[in-house]
Amino acid sequence: MACDVASVDAIQSVGCWILDNTGVNLTILHDEFDRNRFISGIGMTIYLSVVSLFFSLIIGVVGAWAQGSDFRVVRWLINGFIVLFRNTPPLVQIFFFYFGISNLLPYIEDADGMRAPLLTNVQWAIFSLSLFAGAFNIEIFRSGIEAVPNSTKEAAAALGYTRLGTYIHIVLPLAIRVCLPALNNNLVNLLKTTSLAYAIAVPELLYASKNIWTDAQNVPTMMVVLLLTYVALVGVLVWAMNAWERSMAVPGYGQGGGR
Amino acid sequence: MIAFAILMVAQVANGQAPAGDAPAAPVSEATTTAPATPLTVVLKWAPLLLKGFIFNIVISVASMALGTITGLLLGLGQISQRKWVAKLSWFFTQFFRNSPWLVLLFFAMFMIPFQITIGSVTIPLPDWFKAIIGFSLPVMANVSELLRGAIRSLPSGQWEAAESLAFTRTQTIWKIILPQCVKRMLPPWMNLYSLITMATVLASIVGVGEMLTLTAQVHAAEGGRPELFAPLYGFAGLCFFAYCWPISKLTQRLERRFNVKT
Repeated sequence: MACDVASVDAIQSVGCWILDNTGVNLTILHDEFDRNRFISGIGMTIYLSVVSLFFSLIIGVVGAWAQGSDFRVVRWLINGFIVLFRNTPPLVQIFFFYFGISNLLPYIEDADGMRAPLLTNVQWAIFSLSLFAGAFNIEIFRSGIEAVPNSTKEAAAALGYTRLGTYIHIVLPLAIRVCLPALNNNLVNLLKTTSLAYAIAVPELLYASKNIWTDAQNVPTMMVVLLLTYVALVGVLVWAMNAWERSMAVPGYGQGGGR
Repeated sequence: MIAFAILMVAQVANGQAPAGDAPAAPVSEATTTAPATPLTVVLKWAPLLLKGFIFNIVISVASMALGTITGLLLGLGQISQRKWVAKLSWFFTQFFRNSPWLVLLFFAMFMIPFQITIGSVTIPLPDWFKAIIGFSLPVMANVSELLRGAIRSLPSGQWEAAESLAFTRTQTIWKIILPQCVKRMLPPWMNLYSLITMATVLASIVGVGEMLTLTAQVHAAEGGRPELFAPLYGFAGLCFFAYCWPISKLTQRLERRFNVKT
């Protein structure tokens, strides 16, 4: 098939060998174009996860801080945000923002003088994924903050810390350690949810794989490759987070020694 | 119960075929008269959209039932005393738990044939049926893990006490361990149900005619005006919110009452 190319590198020859000897058509190995598409798909998935992870953590920290506020309106707003985003489908959220809100916003002119939307589909995907994961993170951080003993906060107040200072220097470092297991779960979930960006044509892993299997007609093979890739990505994340959990564990706190 | 659910799905799916064609008529009407306000558009199409929403709920109930039964078997497999059964069950649980639901749905959609032939009987497998199987795979893995967690959270004294009372292993599991697991598993199980209900909209990506598919069709039927996107998708979100929020409230209350840490 595609194996009569003149210059074959090592990966290509492995792909050709597999195709010739087993009939398994791994285009991501022996076809350079498909390989690049697949790799950039993985890159986009990682990019989406990392950026939304960053923003969702910020939303979580700020939201959890605002939830302890003295103003009832602020608390009420934050709770409404959490309840709303936890109980509607993430795909509907993405569609709502990408189709609904994006069309209500003003358009800008791009470099060629064409009408372009204010945010691209990648940016909207990051926006809605961050809000979705952030809503869960607020709850998680709140449970961690509640686990910090009152006497610790009082001691900080006695030492002259302000409310914000106590939060940043005393409460948060302790709370993060307490809620790391739940946070891990949510971040793994976020990585899996990035596949929804497929629906608004963000070229992430699923989208790239779909393009490859439509072109190369190797649906079952690509399917298995795709599943294994996701399992590997999640596996790496879980491993890294567990290592972090162990290194952050407070001796004599919780189950100690990071479980 | 599954048979009933499948019947329900079939009925709704059949009812939808004409409904999908229906928007053709009002289009000419809409173009001749003044454009309708978003609110009247949503109200006009609400019955159709709600019918689609019921289809979503039926899919979620059916896949939850299927996933729970297979998941319990897989979970029991994980605590099996035969090493290879336990290893294999563990592998399947982790594999399906760690892959995105949308990818599993694609997997089910493309890998299951559109009909199966047993002898001379040909059974067609419609899209919604494949979607149910696709959603039941992650449910299965999660229920399996819930069961393992619940069993592990029981004090080992329960096993020892049962053994000293001369219960066999099967009896211990069925009469002593599993009844206690129900209470521990119920809140997270309900959480999972609400998650799977929200995930059923993914079926629209692979071409099953559920609520979001209908929403897109309604939007096209109303002339595809961009300002209609927000109210229509907002309505879809509202329906799910109205269904899932009470479930999550109930889950929280049960968690408090059972006082089980999840």
